[in-house]
Amino acid sequence: MSDQIIRLLQSSICFGTVIMYGAMGEILTEKSGNLNLGVPGIMYLGGISGLAASFFYEFNNPDPSRLVCLVISFLAAFGAAALGGLLYSFLTITLRANQNVTGLTLTIFGGGVANFFGGALNTMAGGVGQISVAATSAAYRATIPGLSGLGLVGKLFFSYGFMVYLAIVLAVVMHWYLSRTRTGLNLRAVGENPATADAAGINVTRNKYLATCLGAGISGLGGLYYTMDYIKGTWGSDGTIESLGWLAVALVIFAMWRPINAIWGSYLFGLLFWVYLVIPGLARKDIELFKMLPYLVTIAVLIVISLRKKRENQPPASLGLPYFREDR
Amino acid sequence: MTQATQHKEPLLRIVKRDGIARPKAYAIRLIAVLLSLVVCGIFIYAITKLNPVQVYEAIFDGAFGTNRRSWVTIRDAMMLLCIGVGLAPAFKMKFWNIGAEGQILIGGVVTAGIMKAYGSALPTPALLVVMALASILCGCLWGVIPAVFKSVWNTNETLFTLMMNYVAIQITSYCVALWENPVGSNSVGIINQMTAYGHFPKLFGQTYGLNVLLVLLLTVGMYIYLKYSKQGYEIAVVGDSENTARYAGINVKKVTIRTMAISGAICGIAGFIEVAGVSHTISTNTAGGRGFTAIIVAWLAQFNTFVMILISFLLVFLQQGAIQIATQFNLNDYASEIITGIILFFILSSEFFINYRVILRNRKGADGK
Repeated sequence: MSDQIIRLLQSSICFGTVIMYGAMGEILTEKSGNLNLGVPGIMYLGGISGLAASFFYEFNNPDPSRLVCLVISFLAAFGAAALGGLLYSFLTITLRANQNVTGLTLTIFGGGVANFFGGALNTMAGGVGQISVAATSAAYRATIPGLSGLGLVGKLFFSYGFMVYLAIVLAVVMHWYLSRTRTGLNLRAVGENPATADAAGINVTRNKYLATCLGAGISGLGGLYYTMDYIKGTWGSDGTIESLGWLAVALVIFAMWRPINAIWGSYLFGLLFWVYLVIPGLARKDIELFKMLPYLVTIAVLIVISLRKKRENQPPASLGLPYFREDR
Repeated sequence: MTQATQHKEPLLRIVKRDGIARPKAYAIRLIAVLLSLVVCGIFIYAITKLNPVQVYEAIFDGAFGTNRRSWVTIRDAMMLLCIGVGLAPAFKMKFWNIGAEGQILIGGVVTAGIMKAYGSALPTPALLVVMALASILCGCLWGVIPAVFKSVWNTNETLFTLMMNYVAIQITSYCVALWENPVGSNSVGIINQMTAYGHFPKLFGQTYGLNVLLVLLLTVGMYIYLKYSKQGYEIAVVGDSENTARYAGINVKKVTIRTMAISGAICGIAGFIEVAGVSHTISTNTAGGRGFTAIIVAWLAQFNTFVMILISFLLVFLQQGAIQIATQFNLNDYASEIITGIILFFILSSEFFINYRVILRNRKGADGK
């Protein structure tokens, strides 16, 4: 295999991991019947909180411990993103606001918060005007010693930070949770038909809150992985996280609401996004057309799903619909 | 939400209101806006240490401080309004068109393309007409594609229109790379900067006069269309209940496609106005998230285009103000998005208090605890 192909596959996996987190969080959320269009905003919140937390730690400690860096930024990212989910849940579940509008507002808000404070951090970091959390980023990018040197296998399978593997584990766990456990089935019942679930004694409100907040936390990890590993502990206000966030929403459809499908789906999206690397003789303008591929594929999948109408491939039946017990 | 035990009345009870007097509803919304302004004031205070009154003075100064700033505020409010007006019929029909972003861009791209290619071949008025028609066609196409799939195969329109945004964005990136000027800048620059071919002419001595006129015409037209035309009525029925619409003999498929054609066309016009009347260039930021913000404008106004004027102005007023504060204090412009977010969260929450009443458990019950 040529170096070029290896580089392509590596980039695809890194790119895929960002959107896999976003998509897994959104799958969990959507399984409860909440269509949270705030994924980009939530990924923004996760990314900036993780970055800010590790920045302040590294800023105040001349000799930062990598483990502390890692734990602090991980918790900060998950927590901030989950708070974003809580805000969304409170508005849509308790205050019964429209889900789409609330989600879009969350995207605007999250993007604003992240880029505002990202810019402020860049200013605070001084120097060249670019924040950099070297120690934390190194902790996130650390590979398993020994394994990454195993030639081709090492390059393809063991050259990534731990979050790449965590994403796969998480997808498998989520698959097991949603299809094999009682609470997982309860959650799906809430997303399919909340009135029936309610009648069966399942606490709809609690399920929706939990799934949305946890889902948001997981989505937020996508933002964290992006800032820490993908762009190596820096901040760029170029709106990349937002477009990745929407791609994560697309991936949810592509994966047909199954976490396992999200694994290969995300890598495929990465491959489609980066495939121009191995096509010789492309001008910059042609590259832009190639980057359209993941979206076109998603549209195609969306159409095929609606054409085939297989029941197990459909979105949760009450997706996007509010549930109020008093309504008929 | 409170947990009810079998024998105890919950602390808070939520009751749906049968109806609410219009002044009271507006009072609730006004309170929400005021509350959000207080929170925004606190946020700005926390960062700048300006006292809140000064904050709002600075915001007002940023939005209306000079003649030029006022016109920028009016211009941006008109853009937001135009997109909101375009989205209104789709959302009234409960068709989640979150593809305005793409419809604007594609309208903008063809406008820029024509402006660049035929700038010297046609006189400006004819050029403007051609560009407007082309942008209408393209915006229309971008709206109709998801609508056709929605009405024939019930393909999810929220996600379809969302993906169409990115197709449009990539097409725009392609064109930007194609028309790059100067080479290597990764931007198109002002098209026809010297000759101003295809730029909006001044109207009533104002640079943005034509923008205002066009958007206000659309606003009034849409109000009449939605409220007094047969088609507007059909949209309302389909939005309320598709089954009722079918029962009443309305061709839901036809209405869906027709409405999205109109919606997409107006968003295309918004792209035309932005390129020919405001920026005279094209980039992937030409829509700049306004396709999303406008959804919220349309939704909050409950599709009343005149209320949209107010909401657009409120949002743009605060955005301009935030930009002003950001410049003064060496912060970045994203502060305006945070403020927009806060205000929208409050207004969204206020709808709950318009539709529901919260009843506290009576004191006797509380004593029994």
